[in-house]
Amino acid sequence: MKKLLTCTALGLMATTGAAMADGHGVSACLITKTDTNPFFVMMREGATAAAEELGITLNSYAGQIDGDHETQVAAIETCIADGAAGILITASDTSSIVSAVQQARDAGLLVIALDTPLEPIDAADATFATDNFEAGRLIGAWAAATMGDAAADARIAMLDLAVSQPSVGVLRDQGFMEGFGIDIADPSRWGDEDDPRIVGHSVTAGNEEGGRRAMEELLAIDPTINVVYTINEPAAAGAYEALRSIGRENDVLIVSVDGGCPGVQNIADGVIGATAQQYPLLMASLGIEAIAQFAADGTVPQPSEGLDFFNTGVALVTDQPADGIESISVAEGLDLCWG
Amino acid sequence: MSSQDNYESAVDGASTRVAEFDSQRRGAVHSVQHALHVTPALVPLIVLISATIVFALLLGDRFLSPFALTLILQQVQIVGIVAVAQSLVILTAGIDLSVGAIMVLSSVVMGQFTFRYGLPPELSIILGLACGTLMGFINGFLVAVLKLPPFIVTLGMWQIVLATNFLYSANETIRSQDIEAEAPILQFFGSTFRIGADEAGRGGAVFTYGVIFMLILFVIMAYVLKHTAWGRHVYAVGDDPEAAALSGVNVRGTIISVYMLAGIICAFAGWALIGRIGSVSPTSGQFANIESITAVVIGGISLFGGRGSILGTLFGALIVGVFTLGLRLAGADAQWTYLLIGVLIIAAVAVDQWIRKVSA
Repeated sequence: MKKLLTCTALGLMATTGAAMADGHGVSACLITKTDTNPFFVMMREGATAAAEELGITLNSYAGQIDGDHETQVAAIETCIADGAAGILITASDTSSIVSAVQQARDAGLLVIALDTPLEPIDAADATFATDNFEAGRLIGAWAAATMGDAAADARIAMLDLAVSQPSVGVLRDQGFMEGFGIDIADPSRWGDEDDPRIVGHSVTAGNEEGGRRAMEELLAIDPTINVVYTINEPAAAGAYEALRSIGRENDVLIVSVDGGCPGVQNIADGVIGATAQQYPLLMASLGIEAIAQFAADGTVPQPSEGLDFFNTGVALVTDQPADGIESISVAEGLDLCWG
Repeated sequence: MSSQDNYESAVDGASTRVAEFDSQRRGAVHSVQHALHVTPALVPLIVLISATIVFALLLGDRFLSPFALTLILQQVQIVGIVAVAQSLVILTAGIDLSVGAIMVLSSVVMGQFTFRYGLPPELSIILGLACGTLMGFINGFLVAVLKLPPFIVTLGMWQIVLATNFLYSANETIRSQDIEAEAPILQFFGSTFRIGADEAGRGGAVFTYGVIFMLILFVIMAYVLKHTAWGRHVYAVGDDPEAAALSGVNVRGTIISVYMLAGIICAFAGWALIGRIGSVSPTSGQFANIESITAVVIGGISLFGGRGSILGTLFGALIVGVFTLGLRLAGADAQWTYLLIGVLIIAAVAVDQWIRKVSA
């Protein structure tokens, strides 16, 4: 209790301290979905380091839980009032946030969406993100190459994020199918494919508990599943537990996306076959650099060629490389991992 | 003594029969109403059995297999255990929104004490259980002694405990493989045994120790609530705390003990959670409070306190499990499950109100 009170007090002091520090030089805002997820913690570290280096004052805000839209809107309003040069945001609600973002842009702020594109994507000045479709495509192609001929008769479980089909989940899911050689029909939603190799889709909320439950449901539909796509590594760990409880953990191929440290370690331990690693630290530090540039001469960052966002890169991590698919080893992945 | 002074004489003409409460209504509906009033777990049991039969007819062996039926038990075990705690609190006319947070914090304490401080896992588990009990005590103290409304107290504690959980754990997951190698006792409740599996180890009924624990916990608490003085005090306090106090029940002590017991049960749920998901994950159990209240309400325990059977809660949790898996196997959109559970909640409370008229 005492520790908690101290933490609260320190937190309040930090907030007031930051609020009083405005008015000197360039300032920037970082708004994340939460400040507890290691992915966003890493993002904040990247932003803080880059801001210190460039002499920018950084104010960080976060929602209480993933999906906390109101807190993010309040944070944008605070940033405008604060006279910040730019905002980096990972939006919880990608379409509802647009009006608040427009307000900030009208006030002359540079708004960069990190990790999660807004809807529409051009609602922000720029988007720095992982190419999630490419991330999915890499693990799909790897899974197909690793299975070889058996891929033609694969029994595939798709463990997705949420029934509301947020874009990040759809892109990874559809990328995986494309890489595996499945006709994806409408690329903007999952569940409309008619390939008989797909046993079904189930949602996990991106955590262990949901991963296990979703895997159990699909196993109840078809106990012969032998390929499992997962939205992220915690969901993969949960799916593995479900397989282990029925003694099938060694004859099923699990692939995932994210590249968090526990996830990469799980590849070394044989829980996950391969994962596509993304780089939150880079997103944030590049974002801060872009704001500094914008504050200096008004340059707006440009998207990567052939894409509508700036691609911060993705790499396939596995210790069983497949022919023709570029990958890095688990050791390299551990050097670059977050969380 | 003149007849005028003999006040007793007025009694002569009165009925000498003992007071009677014979109801004028004796129709079939009333008998049903009466039966439900006497055995409140009957409604959820009937719903559970009918739902099982409907899904069995629709899906056949896929649903009616020992594998699928025991899978439902595995899927409801965590919510089931938490719902025992929730039932106790609701029987005292309270509500506990912090159950899920207490569960997760306790599991994080068990994991982090073992892996961060290197304590023996057995000791960490005891400290984790103590942590849950302490959180329960704080809830109970605020409700019973400071007389704050349970909804507000546990709403606050939910936030406090969850924030403590995230601050303390830094949202770091402890991986299943590390736990298995260094502290397998943390995964104790995840151990399974099978009945009737084929030679390849497929199919058959799968029971985890967590499921067994849940079932035993329900049976023990059903006995305690029905046949011990403490159990009757819980009902009495929930029904009418002032009347209970006048009859000599220690209301304050009973309420504090209920919240403490709820806390330790949640901590056990946290231990079982490690067994279920393998790892220690600070993000799990976010909806355990709502899910446990759902199980309790569908199970026919009155939110006004003092009435209902804890076995109803077990049936309530199982109903949710049967609907979830059954609809999933039938290929329905997951939203239909939520829709139907919403209907069940409202129907359960409506039935509760109807039954209450019997005692009115």
